[in-house]
Amino acid sequence: MIKFKINDQQVQAQPGWTVLETARQHGINIPTLCYHEAVEPSGACRLCVVELREGDWSKVVISCMYPVAEGLNVYTDSQRVKNVRRWILEMLLAECPASKEIQALAAEYGVGSTRFAVHNPEEQCILCGLCSRVCAQVVGANAISTVGRGVHKQIGAPYMIPTDKCVACGCCVTVCPTGAMRSRFDAVRGVPKVVLAHGAR
Amino acid sequence: MSKASTAPQLEGQRLNSVADLELLRQNRQEQQDPNRAEVIVCHGTGCLANGSPKVAQALKQAVAAAGLEAAVKPLIKITGCHGFCSRGPLVVIRPQGIFYQRVQPGDAEEIVEQTLKQGQTVERLLYHDPQSDELLATVEDIPFYNLQQRVVLKNIGWVDPTDIRDTILRGGYLALAKALSGMTPEQVVAEVERSGLRGRGGAGFPTGRKWRSALKAIEKKGRPVYVVCNGDEGDPGAFMDRTIMEGDPHAVIEGMIIGAFALGAEQGYIYVRAEYPVAIRHLSLAMAQARELGLLGQNILGSGFNFDIQINRGAGAFVCGESTALFTSIEGRAGEPRPKYVRSVEEGLWGRPTVLNNVETWANVPQIVEKGGEWYAGIGVPHSTGTKVFSLVGKVNNVGLVEVPMGVPLAHIVEKIGGGVPGGKPFKAVQTGGPSGGCIPYALKDTPVDYDSLTKAGSMMGSGGMIVMDERDCVVDVAAYFLKFLEEESCGKCIPCRLGLSRMREMLESFGMGQGSEEDLQDLGSLAAAIADGALCALGGSAPNPVLTTVRYFKDEYLAHINEHRCPAGVCKELITYSIDAEACTGCMTCARACPQEAISGQKKKPHVIDEAKCIRCGICLESCKFGAVLVR
Ligand SMILES: Cc1cc2nc3c(=O)[nH]c(=O)nc-3n(C[C@H](O)[C@H](O)[C@H](O)COP(=O)(O)O)c2cc1C
Ligand code: SF4
Ligand code: SF4
Ligand code: SF4
Ligand code: FES
Ligand code: FES
Repeated sequence: MIKFKINDQQVQAQPGWTVLETARQHGINIPTLCYHEAVEPSGACRLCVVELREGDWSKVVISCMYPVAEGLNVYTDSQRVKNVRRWILEMLLAECPASKEIQALAAEYGVGSTRFAVHNPEEQCILCGLCSRVCAQVVGANAISTVGRGVHKQIGAPYMIPTDKCVACGCCVTVCPTGAMRSRFDAVRGVPKVVLAHGAR
Repeated sequence: MSKASTAPQLEGQRLNSVADLELLRQNRQEQQDPNRAEVIVCHGTGCLANGSPKVAQALKQAVAAAGLEAAVKPLIKITGCHGFCSRGPLVVIRPQGIFYQRVQPGDAEEIVEQTLKQGQTVERLLYHDPQSDELLATVEDIPFYNLQQRVVLKNIGWVDPTDIRDTILRGGYLALAKALSGMTPEQVVAEVERSGLRGRGGAGFPTGRKWRSALKAIEKKGRPVYVVCNGDEGDPGAFMDRTIMEGDPHAVIEGMIIGAFALGAEQGYIYVRAEYPVAIRHLSLAMAQARELGLLGQNILGSGFNFDIQINRGAGAFVCGESTALFTSIEGRAGEPRPKYVRSVEEGLWGRPTVLNNVETWANVPQIVEKGGEWYAGIGVPHSTGTKVFSLVGKVNNVGLVEVPMGVPLAHIVEKIGGGVPGGKPFKAVQTGGPSGGCIPYALKDTPVDYDSLTKAGSMMGSGGMIVMDERDCVVDVAAYFLKFLEEESCGKCIPCRLGLSRMREMLESFGMGQGSEEDLQDLGSLAAAIADGALCALGGSAPNPVLTTVRYFKDEYLAHINEHRCPAGVCKELITYSIDAEACTGCMTCARACPQEAISGQKKKPHVIDEAKCIRCGICLESCKFGAVLVR
């Protein structure tokens, strides 16, 4: 058993656990977007940040990947943590304005509007990569991944062309935290053949 | 050349022992004629593009045509970059060290005739020192060189990097021989620890400590362990690592073999960015020659130790220089960083213990082993030992590559070695540490250039970039430029970097247009903190640095933009107007001819005027006016 503190409360963890797992075990809430028990964590959304303190020293880490250690002092809601979370939520309000889930989460943290430029009012995807990880690690189909780099990153099948690697299991749609995969699904598995033939260029 | 007949016994043969290596070196030395002139032509990437191969060719022809006797026939030698590319192509004639700059093929005959035959210098090719206003004849006379201390660069400009024997003649692989024949792996690690060497790639982590923790990880997890060299060098304007890989590839290779011996590694990787074809070529050639001589591969120098290296070409993304992204890239996947709460010495390449060091870090290792950690620790200052290579660019007279002991004052590098800002005014600031470093103002010009002092000033050592700015550089514009670079290089995996950097840049650009408020300036600080705390890797994490340091040191300049809608440096186009000072204007018409918009009118010998409505604020008129009559406000 590893003993440490979260928000000054004594907690216990099994070796190999993360801070997030321990927090959840003890009913302490930490928001997450790109984390799911079924797949490897990737550390993309950064919403699950927590602060570690040791005397004057302090550091912000992500709880979904940070391994527990004896004597840690974890704060899940400190000023520094809130600052990161609020800015991320404000960014997400602009990045995927159409997501009800994001709006609700942002409201919970007191973020009602965004100063960031909205490029696509229809967008819902936060590029957390859960869909592609589920597809690769659970389904084993490897049909989708992130395509492109930086601000041009998108989620989809290679070259954004429908792929027959997709077995249409719908796991990606289920795991998506924002509802974004629902509207992308046809672009991944391809629309029914008849329609495709008519619409083919 | 009288000994040419006693052909070296070990030429092209495998070296089966340390003694064989020493024999080869002695053979080479005996073949040298100390009186024979060497004509050295630099062939770094910079001067290759500026025609140095043609210069070398012309010199060869001129030598042949001059019919010099075989006994005194000079050797035309091709070396790496001498670090003074802004003056290149360079020709150095040894043993005297005569230094010719900006040499063209047409100069070859005169060099041969005047210098090689008659022993005189060609004055028009000499370096003119702006500070003393003198013509300086030799490398050793020139402040740019004689104020440097060359340790890592000691062979560059001397050895032909395409011929391993030349490196061996200058002591190459002696350190490896020493390690293999008289030291235990433990002693090698201890020597590197004693040297105090810190990583030259960015973070400045103590190299000895890294190796030590790798040994601990190996105890737990066993082998294989990998050694990796980071040659991804992506900072704009930086060419330290390129120069080392091109000009002294064996130093890197030897360093890695020694590291592998200390750690018990059998395989190493050099990750070089694909934009460095000459570096890749020279490294490959050097490795092939080292293998042929038995210095790399199976049973190195007959010691029973096996180690080989593979070169990986980088995919060209800046982020691939980050350690975890570099590993995934070598593993054949998209180079994206992953959180590293488990250190790469424990879990690096293919999940195995791995030691990743920068090119310059590896290149320091042979000399540390050869001359001892204590010798190395004697150079520089206590927590930043040794020397550091900097690429000095921007508004400075001597643009180039300089190597100095750690801890020298910033002004020494910029003003003494760099010759200061063209025009003689003091510099405004120096950006150190690359695009995610920080801006150090003139007021802190005496800051010692070492890891800790630079960090204290809000900047960092980084990999050694130094961009000098003068009064015509606007800090808001500069900060936006660096942010834009990093925004474009962001891999996009994590949200704070992918989305936050563009917001920061947007805010800076709005300042540049005279918009925004002091409240925005505060927001910028809080956003910067969120990105620094929240980003996955150091690309995003350190991206706010240039903004934070410029706000810290040049807040007035930000406020001038925001409150007074004024750009004091005269850079931000929305905020400046060009005009002509009627008293200073001679009516020469140069500006009117130069203006691409035909916005300038006036009669000959009468003061000219600029039509503000037509002016696009390109500043060409300002550059063109010889009388300083064009004003920018
Ligand atoms: C975005 C980013 C880019 C980097 N690029 C390089 C690089 O081009 N070369 C390099 O040696 N280190 C680079 N680094 C630092 C490496 O991650 C790593 O710290 C270094 O190679 C370790 O070697 P050292 O200890 O010898 O410095 C980069 C780091 C980041 C975050
Ligand atoms: S529906 Fe297709 S893309 Fe989605 S998880 Fe299943 S196989 Fe992968
Ligand atoms: S589609 Fe959904 S699961 Fe996939 S990356 Fe976007 S938000 Fe995440
Ligand atoms: S900080 Fe930037 S470069 Fe690093 S992982 Fe995040 S998005 Fe990629
Ligand atoms: S939940 Fe931890 S980074 Fe997304
Ligand atoms: S290559 Fe000629 S000085 Fe750099």
